[in-house]
This record gives sequence, C-alpha cells and structure tokens, in this order.
Amino acid sequence: MAVKTAVKEKEKERRAIITVRNLSVEYRTHRGIVKAVRNVSFDVYEGEILFLVGESGSGKSTLGFALMNLVPSPGYIKEGEIIYHLDGQDIELRKLPLEEQRLFRWKQVAMVFQSALNALNPVLRIWDQLYDTIQAHDPNITREEAYKKIKYLLSMVRLDADRVLKSYPHELSGGMRQRVMIAMALLLDPKILILDEPTTALDILTQKNIIELLKKIKDELGLTMIFITHDLSLAAELADRVAVMYAGKILELSDVYTIFYNPKHPYTYALIKTIPKLTSIDEELYPIPGSPPDMINLPPGCKFHPRCPYAKEICTEKEPEFEQAGPNHYVACHRWRELKFER
Amino acid sequence: MIHVIELKNVSMAFAVGGGIFGAKKFAKAVDNVNIHIDEGQTLALVGESGCGKTTTGKIVAGLLKPTEGEVLYHGKNVWKMHRKEFNEYRKAVQIIHQDPYASLNPMLTIYKSLSAPLFKHKIVSTKEEAIDHVSKLLEMVGLTPPEDFIFKYPHQLSGGQRQRVVIARAISLNPKIIVADEPVSMIDVSMRLQILHLMKDLQQKLGVGYLFITHDLATGRYFASDGYTAVMYLGSIVEFGPTNKVILDPQHPYTKALLSAIPEPDPEKTRKKKVMKLRSLDVPSLLNVPSGCKFHPRCPFFIEGKCDKTPPGRYYLEKDRWVACYLYGDGGASESR
Repeated sequence: MAVKTAVKEKEKERRAIITVRNLSVEYRTHRGIVKAVRNVSFDVYEGEILFLVGESGSGKSTLGFALMNLVPSPGYIKEGEIIYHLDGQDIELRKLPLEEQRLFRWKQVAMVFQSALNALNPVLRIWDQLYDTIQAHDPNITREEAYKKIKYLLSMVRLDADRVLKSYPHELSGGMRQRVMIAMALLLDPKILILDEPTTALDILTQKNIIELLKKIKDELGLTMIFITHDLSLAAELADRVAVMYAGKILELSDVYTIFYNPKHPYTYALIKTIPKLTSIDEELYPIPGSPPDMINLPPGCKFHPRCPYAKEICTEKEPEFEQAGPNHYVACHRWRELKFER
Repeated sequence: MIHVIELKNVSMAFAVGGGIFGAKKFAKAVDNVNIHIDEGQTLALVGESGCGKTTTGKIVAGLLKPTEGEVLYHGKNVWKMHRKEFNEYRKAVQIIHQDPYASLNPMLTIYKSLSAPLFKHKIVSTKEEAIDHVSKLLEMVGLTPPEDFIFKYPHQLSGGQRQRVVIARAISLNPKIIVADEPVSMIDVSMRLQILHLMKDLQQKLGVGYLFITHDLATGRYFASDGYTAVMYLGSIVEFGPTNKVILDPQHPYTKALLSAIPEPDPEKTRKKKVMKLRSLDVPSLLNVPSGCKFHPRCPFFIEGKCDKTPPGRYYLEKDRWVACYLYGDGGASESR
C-alpha cells in the first residue's frame, strides 16, 4: 500500500516535459512501407525515468529517434506532434530551423546510442572529442573552463580524467567508453537524456555500475530520462513508468509496479510470464505462441490478436483505442475491463 | 567412469599479435577445464562475454583442438582417433550457434540445407527419401505443416523459425550431445521460451545431452534446472554443482557478485538487492591474467600472499558440488599443481 500512496502523491506534482500526440513514423523500403510507429500519444513527465520496452521491430528505437527528429533515412515522420515544454515555452522541434534544432539537441535533449561503443571517433583522443563538442556549441568557452567542466563530468561517471582524456577510444574498455559517452551527452547540461540500450554490450557487473551511475546523475542533475530497451528486468530495476510497445504502438503505459504486478494488457502479462526468473522458486513460465508480425503486412485489428489467448471477434476487426484504465494507467485492449491478471 | 564427452585438464591458448616486431603473446581463453556430459544430461556453462565459454563449446564439438589436455569421447582421446572414428564423434556431437541468421546458407532452401548432411552420411539416397526425412525433422521441431517450410529460403522465416531449422539440422544425425551456444539470445523475447521448450522436448524424446552455454544466468537456470551449472571466469571454472544449488546458494565470491548484480523482472525484489562491492570493476585482459586466483584483484575477500600466489584447487563441498576458492580450503592446490 505504501507504494501506491507514494505513486499517487508523486502524480500530483507531475508536469509534462514532452507531449507526443498521434505520432506516426514510416520507412520506405523496396518491399513496401514499414509503419514503425503508428499513431502514438503519450506524455513524458519532468524528472521521471520512462522506459520504452519492446521486442526488436516494436518501434521503440524509432520512437526515440523521432523524439530528437533524427529518424534515419529512408524513414520519416509521417504525422503527429512532438512538443517540448521547456523554460516556459512550448517548442515543436520539427518546426525549428535546422541550425536551432542542432543546438536544441545537445543543449536540451541528448541521446546515448545503442552502438555507443563505436560512436567515438577512433582517431581522436577523448579530450579532443569532448572539447570539440563543447566548443561547437559554445565558441566563447575557454580551454580552462572546458577542462573544468569535462573533468567534473568524467568524475561524475567515475573516470580518472587525466588518464582518460589522453587516451584514444581503443585504449579504453567497453564500460569506460560507455561512461565517456554518457559524460559527453551531459556536456551541455541537457534537461532530457534519451538512452537506447546503453548497457546491452556490457558485462553484468559493469552494467550494474552504469545503472547505479545513471540513478545518481538523474538525482543530482534533476534530469528526465527516456530509456529504450528490450530488457524487462532493467525496467523493473530503474523505471518510474514503463511503456510496453508492440508492432509500432504503445499497448500499455503505467508506473512500474502496476506494469509488473497488475498489468491489464494480455501482451504485458504474457511477456512477464515468459521470461525465466533468476531466483523465484517454481514459478511456471508460459511460452507465447507464434511470432511478432511482419511490419509490412500487419494483421487487421489488434496487432497482438493472432497470439492472444483472449482474442475475440472484435479484436480481429478493430484496433483498440489507447484508453485510460486507471489513474496514470493506459491500455490498448478491447477486453481490459473483463480481464484480470495477477502474479 | 567413462562419459560420452569429457574434457580433462583442457587449455586453449591463442597467439595474439607478434607482427614483424615484438614477440607473440598468448591469450589463454580456456585454462585447465574439466567437465563431462552424458546422454540425457544438461550442463549449463555460464559466464560473461569473453570468459571462454564459446571456446570451450567449440572444443567439446571438436571444432578446435586444445593446446593442452584431452578431449575424450567414450573414454577415447578424439585427437588421436582415426579418421573414421573421429567422424563418428563429430556426428555424435553437434553444435547450435547463437545467430540463426548466420548459420543457414541464405542461397539454399531449407530442404537443401537439411538434406545435405543426410546424403553425405548416407542416411538417405534418393530425393523422395530425403524429402520424407526432412519433413519428419521439420515436424519434430514444430515447423508444421512441413510443406509450408521445406522449400523456403531462410530470409522467408522469422528468427525463431530459423533457429528451429538449425535445431532440426543438429538432430538430423542422431547426436548424443548438442552444444547449444547462446541458442536464444538473438531471438525475440516472446519466442525464446518456445525454443527452450522444444529443446527440452527433444531431450526427452531423443535422450540427447546438452552443453548449454549462456551469459544469461536466469535462462541457464531454467534450462538446466534438473542438471548442473558451471560458472566460468577468465577461462577457468570457479564453481560447479547442481543448478539450483549454484544459483540459489552460490559459494564463490565471483558467482555471488554476479548474482547480486543481475536485475530481476520484479521491481520490489530487484530494488532490494544489495550489490556485492568489488575491489575493482575492471575485467583483466586475457593477455595479462592475474596470478593465483584470477578473481583476486577484484575479490573483496582477497587474502594477500595466498590468493595471488597459486591458483586454488577444487574444494568439494559435497559430491558433485565444488568451488575453487581459498575461503573454503585450498582444494589440494598445493599438491596437484
């Protein structure tokens, strides 16, 4: 119960920092159009850690790129609004001139990519890469000021600046490079940080260390974080809220406890029941039948219906609306009112 | 006792570097490993990336010749076998690789991929027989009806379906042992359990033994719940025992640290976990492996003058359950090495 009241308390002070409405993103391919994100609406609250969780092809990374207006070609935002509420202004990133968009990206929103291990320039020392970045956005900064700032950020990610700055990327371990990338993303004091699978390539102990670090940074700097992953356990560990994605849509969105203990969407429940648990004793697991849909030939109706044990006729005909199912709980399922899932 | 497959004091060193200048260095990817697998048994080999588990799997399957030690198949050293015997062994120990996208030839239909080994080993001689046999294999791995799949190309199948084809190929020669190297890590979360259940079913039906290699301890625990688990660190096995004992009551500091750091899909539980603090987070390079116990530079229980001198031997806590750590005893390290 304590958890529930805490959640409610928190909700009162929530303020949206990003509003996403009816967003659709597509890729043009030789086989046809891939509808990677389909009519998605949600808010990101100031100071929260929001997880976008989904399997490969669910649209979670595309959604992350769309938030930065950086959808890689041949993809494009087909329609919808992404509005940032920052410094008392409502900013629609896509409508800004390109140069302002570029500034906005590092200063307001920064992103740490999945392939961050390869995102550093291999022929430049770490110092040059960090200094270039800071200078590109703030040409008046002195070397001393830049050094002070860089050193502070590196110490925050627990790296020894004097050693790391002189190194080339290949001289650092994967975990160190990942920490450099996080420090780099924080260089211009962004308010929002988007992280796309930042820990998948790392060993378990380093991963844990980076997670602890992100928690600490979030609290110290009051950041808002959007974390993109396929790993439900990571969400359980770190998320305030979780959005579960499937075939380009958010199927369920709520606080992390509700998602894990009282989900309303059959897919969310099925996912939780299908992953092996490390330490629980005798918990039965159930496989999910079938495969995720082909994103070019999506089934009609609810995209999960071919795999859903609760599917009825309506599920095969009409795609369910994303509706509010409780305080701060949204779900896209025709049958959420009747279904009860408990763990 | 004679086992189907046994590795005896097996080590594998790879030469690294050594161009025109400078001496060659050796990276010991596998260091003095002893394991065995029998029909119908499951052994999970778990560890982090780079710990040598894939190399161990390749040695078991005869794809790599170890630089030291013996690989025994029914008690016979496979690297001293005649060609015919060696082929028998290779047929009996099959391997499933991690990436179902890379392990099937994209230019060949499923029929071609699956029938080639059948013809080669003279299990079938005509096309009719081959189609019949391949259809049966597809049915066994749940690709039904087989005629929907048999003449397709790999790109027409999902990741999960491809891995089923790979499994069909692995069982086609009636193996005794299957080395499954991260068989589900590249498959979508929602399809992993299907594949694990299929592999378990086949074990019941065919009596194969599995060496199940994974970095995901939860999956390893699930798959080998009735078998054994070996925990590997920097090329050495540090702890061994019945799976649930190793996972629920770990003894080696490395196993403990690992288990304390793995997030679990249960918010209350995972947020309560206390991570074991290590002395260092850096994983030493294989080119510069610490002396003595390889975990000593990171281990919070490090005993100076002991852990950094001689590698600990196997200390048996009970039958079939051992740990290589001086906290429990030296496991005969002083005599056997």
